[in-house]
This record gives sequence, structure tokens and C-alpha cells, in this order.
Amino acid sequence: MPHDHPEHHHEGMSPSGHPYRADDDTALSYWQAMEIAVRELLIEKGETSAEAVQRQIDAMDSRSPANGAAVIARAWADPAFKARLLDNAGDASREMGFDIGPMHLIAVENTPAVHNVIVCTLCSCYPRNLLGLPPDWYKSRAYRSRTVREPRAVLSEFGLDLPDDVTLRVHDSTADMRYIVLPAQPPGTDGWPEDRLAALVTRDSMIGTGLPKAPA
Amino acid sequence: MAERVRIRSMMPPGHVRAPAYLRGKTGVIERPLGIFANPEKLAYRLPAEKRPLYRVRFTMAELWGDAAERPADTLDAEIYAHWLEPLED
Repeated sequence: MPHDHPEHHHEGMSPSGHPYRADDDTALSYWQAMEIAVRELLIEKGETSAEAVQRQIDAMDSRSPANGAAVIARAWADPAFKARLLDNAGDASREMGFDIGPMHLIAVENTPAVHNVIVCTLCSCYPRNLLGLPPDWYKSRAYRSRTVREPRAVLSEFGLDLPDDVTLRVHDSTADMRYIVLPAQPPGTDGWPEDRLAALVTRDSMIGTGLPKAPA
Repeated sequence: MAERVRIRSMMPPGHVRAPAYLRGKTGVIERPLGIFANPEKLAYRLPAEKRPLYRVRFTMAELWGDAAERPADTLDAEIYAHWLEPLED
């Protein structure tokens, strides 16, 4: 049995043998108290409503890497769209109907000679409107500091060993731009419809820490 | 704007979008990005003048010297004009 550890005490463990997560019985932080106070004031004064706040949270949660994957798949299927994407990724995404707000988006293309990877060393800038919320590791100090200093080692830990004849370009989103990697189209997928292509596009392949899936 | 630029070695306090690891380093303008309200003012709700923003490309050799994994790999970052010092070729 995978969870049968007779040498351990199981007190405080779930029936499957995992420790229960501690309750969050800590005091609110300064900023948590500030957020609640401001939100309650705005609602009290009729500037917004709890429902409007929830709608916005729902809108943020509904964005997912599937949006970005649809953009990438169209770029693979349609060379004219790909040219527009590389020229102005924001406008090309809007053309597909994605609400990306005022975001300025740059697409960077992976080729046999160049691989691109995205990081934000200063905070957690990420093309949320196309990819949804960033993964926790993207916001970690380890990823943010190591990806500019030893990006090949970082990629290797993601399972991506770049050959020495491929140039790696790291993009630090320091100011007003957001970035998306246009991965190379997997071999053997020419002529595929966009929905099949999109299924090969992973979130990490659009950050540059991975490659698209190979066709099954 | 000269093609080769050095990031100014200033250390001002506040909401600064030029990362410390690039200060004093030399790169080339990869592309101009247009003009944007200066985030160093915007962050404090001060009147923010519009400033040109550039993508600057550095080699890993320039940033990390002998510690670079592969010297010809590059790093691009967005840097505001007031952080750039034009260099003669």
C-alpha cells in the first residue's frame, strides 16, 4: 500500500495518510486589512458592488492558456496572420476577438536557430489576458533571478535541453510590454485544422519553458 | 538615439523599471516601442510626462562575463530613454 508507513504516527493525518493543512488562524496583514477596508468603503458609497467585484474575479479566472493556444494555432495555419502577429501581437489577438484591453503584446518567434523565454525580474508581468493567471513558479524569486543569470540551467530543469547551436534570447518584461512566445510548429502537423493544432500548444511553450506537444 | 547605449548607473529610490543588474551595462537598441507615461511618476499618482521606451538587447557575456552560460545568448529589456546614455561606435 502506497501510504502504509508503520514507522510513522498517523495522528493528525487524513485517512489517506497525508497531514491536514493548518487552518489560517493568523491575523490579517496590513495590506489585507487595507484591501477589505477600501472595498467596503467603495461598496458603501455606491462606487461599486460586491457583485461587480465578483464579476471581475470571474472574468480573470475565465482567461486561460486556451486563448493563447488559439492565437498560436492560427499563426501556424495562416502565414498572413503570423506576419501580422509578429508585427503587432496585440492587434492580431484583438482581430481574433480576444479582449486584451490596452495591453501591448510582442510575439517572439522560435526558429531552429533561436529559442525565446519570458521572465519578469521586477515583479510578475505576464500576458494574463491571453494566458490567464501566471503559474506560482513564474512569480518566485528563484525563477525571476535565475532565468536571467543561468537560463539554460533553468530550462534544463523544465526538461528542455537547448543544443549549443541554438541562441537563447531571454526577454525581461521590465515596463509596458507583455510577451508571448510563438513556438515552432511541430513537424508532421502541416495542414492540420486550427483546433487540432491548438491542442498541441501548452502554456509553458508560450512562456518558453517548454515546447509544444508532439502529434500523437 | 544612438544604436549602442549604456544603462545609467543611477540608484534612485522608488518605483524604477530599470533593473539594477542592467545598470552600467552596454547594449544595442533592438526596437523603439513608442512613448509611454513615465511609470516612476505614475506609481505615485504624480503628473507623468511621456517618455520614449526602447527594447535594449544585451549579450550574456556583457551581463555576466566569464560566468555566462553561453556568451552569445542575449537578454532584452524595456528601458526608458532617461536611463539610456548614447555611446559612440
